[in-house]
Amino acid sequence: MTAMVARFERVQWFGPRAVGIYGIVLGALAFWLMLPPLEARTKVLPVAFGILAAAAGIWSASRGERRVGWGAVVAGLLGIGLGLLATRSSTAHLDSVVVWSSLFAATLRYATPLCYAAIGGLYCERSGVINVALEGMMLSGAFFGVEAAVWAHGWAGNEAWIVGIIGAGISGMVFATIHAIWSIQFKVDQIISGTAINFLALGITGYLFIDKYGDTGTPGDLANYGIPDIHLSFISSIPFIGPIFGQLNLMIWLSFVLLIGTWFFVFRTPYGLRLRSVGEHPRAADTVGINVFKVRYMAVIASGGIAAMGGAYLTLGFVHSFSENITAGTGFIGLAALVFGKWRPFPTYAATLLFGFSSALANNLTTYGDQWGPLFSALPYVLTLVAVAGVIGRSIGPAAAGRPYVKQ
Amino acid sequence: MSDELTAEEFIEAPPPETPQPSQHFAARFGWATGILPSLLTVLLAFLVSGIAILAIGKNPIKVYRAIFDGTGLNWFFHFGSYSIRIPFATTHVWFWWDTSSTAAQNLQQTLITTTPIILTALAVAFPFRSGLFNIGGQGQYFVGSYFAVWVGSSIAGLNGPVHIAFAIVAGALAGAAWAGIAGILKATVGAHEVISTIMLNWIAIYVGSYLLGQGGPLQNTTQPAIPVSNNIVDNAKLPIFWGPPLLQGLSVAIFIALGMLIVYSIIINRSTLGYEVRAVGFNPEAARYGGISVARNYFLAMAIAGAFAGLAGALDVLGWRYNLGQLDVTSNVVQIGFIGLAAALLGRNTALGVGAASLLFGALLTGTSGRQLDPSIFRPDLAGNLTTIIQGLVVLFVGLNLTALPVWWRKRRARGAAT
Repeated sequence: MTAMVARFERVQWFGPRAVGIYGIVLGALAFWLMLPPLEARTKVLPVAFGILAAAAGIWSASRGERRVGWGAVVAGLLGIGLGLLATRSSTAHLDSVVVWSSLFAATLRYATPLCYAAIGGLYCERSGVINVALEGMMLSGAFFGVEAAVWAHGWAGNEAWIVGIIGAGISGMVFATIHAIWSIQFKVDQIISGTAINFLALGITGYLFIDKYGDTGTPGDLANYGIPDIHLSFISSIPFIGPIFGQLNLMIWLSFVLLIGTWFFVFRTPYGLRLRSVGEHPRAADTVGINVFKVRYMAVIASGGIAAMGGAYLTLGFVHSFSENITAGTGFIGLAALVFGKWRPFPTYAATLLFGFSSALANNLTTYGDQWGPLFSALPYVLTLVAVAGVIGRSIGPAAAGRPYVKQ
Repeated sequence: MSDELTAEEFIEAPPPETPQPSQHFAARFGWATGILPSLLTVLLAFLVSGIAILAIGKNPIKVYRAIFDGTGLNWFFHFGSYSIRIPFATTHVWFWWDTSSTAAQNLQQTLITTTPIILTALAVAFPFRSGLFNIGGQGQYFVGSYFAVWVGSSIAGLNGPVHIAFAIVAGALAGAAWAGIAGILKATVGAHEVISTIMLNWIAIYVGSYLLGQGGPLQNTTQPAIPVSNNIVDNAKLPIFWGPPLLQGLSVAIFIALGMLIVYSIIINRSTLGYEVRAVGFNPEAARYGGISVARNYFLAMAIAGAFAGLAGALDVLGWRYNLGQLDVTSNVVQIGFIGLAAALLGRNTALGVGAASLLFGALLTGTSGRQLDPSIFRPDLAGNLTTIIQGLVVLFVGLNLTALPVWWRKRRARGAAT
């Protein structure tokens, strides 16, 4: 207790770091004040708060806190921009676009496929194999999940989604195996092999989809045997929490389990240590008797299965149909979240939530006929670009990522 | 004492010299190693996708034949005695081929598609020589086309060639700036160019969706319900030299693209910049030691690549598109940037190879399009996906040196026998 008090007393409330953090908060405020329930209707407020935030950031950056400082500058500028956008639309309009509980529920729905892709990528890249093929693996999961569920519907009835998820996982693992053989065995450039997988998955799923469902589309009753929602009646009456968590899809709950399990596996078990050591310094790992090739193969194949389950959620749990290229960049946002979260499970998940939120907002804006919806869709990519630029702390991946291992 | 190895020598000690069959082969057939793997790659890709055609109960040979007929490349095999008008003149001369047949029109479409592929392939090939992988050709292409649409449609009453030059330069510069972001990030903070160019691709797509969407700054002024830009003014359209001007004829853009192939070849092989770029690509550390600024070359390689891709976007707008719709950007129909990537890899980043590979992909895209392919033989939307599969197989196999595989296999067997 005394230690905490002592630590509390040591905090410099007006040190450069603290001022930088105030700046970030001010930047967020600049936008938040314009939204329900407050809805300030003046342009002065966001501009004032944003400028204050940027000024605090510059002051803090000039005092050596570059990361926090520049973060505050970016937050301030974003706050001004988004705040001004918000003042331009009517309050009734804002009320319909920004309903926080439904927006948060939508955030979880949009974040879940990203979460699967990003966690899949985490295994792969932590083992030292770059995976730009997450998009293709998700797409294959999205299609073959539907395909397996439709096939199983005859004998499995409404539980066909279980077969769907398994089928999706297997299809993702098949594509991942190609990526693994090419990048680990043949030592082909991992970006090139990943790009090839993306093309192949796009072509093969589109080809089979047109051949089988080209005229009719996927079966309309897919929702009946899709992945079910979990109804939690005991919390649905609680305001705010109820609408968010009362009716989530099974795969969303599973993604929480996957997240915590991944953290435990990668950072708290010997297997995770081996995985990370292979990604950081394969030669050293080899010297202590770890089979680098085996670890990498398993990591890449697992990543394909996990990413494909994200695709299965998309088609079997969310939209209940498949169309050509339905993932439309989701896998790449997952990759972005992984980079943004610096290859760590919880920051990565936070990034998927942030990106999911901007997707949800973009979707709501477009539904209500706002022209700047697409700009919110671009936000995840802009933020990731800012992240790799080193503004929010350098984002540096596993040391051996991208380099094939040659055994001596 | 002198017999002992130092630690470094111990680790880096080279294996004893053994005659390598592959070296022998390369010395004798060096000229063919460039072409042979690529030819094998294409052959293998077509073979495997032939299985995909067989799988749905169609005859691959008939399908490939139909695709080939749609590309217009069969035009070269039909000789006769015809007379043509020399482009941009009134004189008629005798000619070997019929320039107004259906095959000729198909060929025009193939060449129209080939034009941007050449340029986006160069956008991959140039930074590749410096060791960078530019996966952002698609975004740079789009940004170039936004600027070309903007310049081409918003200024009126400008002299034709001036307007065209202005729009082309705007597109190329915009592409260069867009790719330059990734170049600067790579040069200054070492951000992986693959991640940043992927991000820039999607930013370009969503920004375009905003610009061209309803109420967006580039949306047309006459029909507010349709998310399409204004048409560019007639003065800004590139001259059509082959085919009916009203029905999408072939513009002079193809010559600009071919010219850029030569420019690329000269820059890479004959200029200081090309030497430095290649030196950085071979070994950045050695280049730095030799007094070459690695950061500067990373930036320049990306910016020049972006200029190529931006030029592709501009030429498409000025040559045949004439406007740009929101759907063109968001619906993933336009995959020129990624096809360029496959063409650059297949062409092994040489000017001639890029040209040939671009023609192959341009022909494939045209031959499988809904307008060219007979639906009774093969559904065009199926064939479109077949093109993507072939593209994927090409990228997959091109990374493997197929001619080296037998050598690799033999060595592997020998090693297995030894242990």
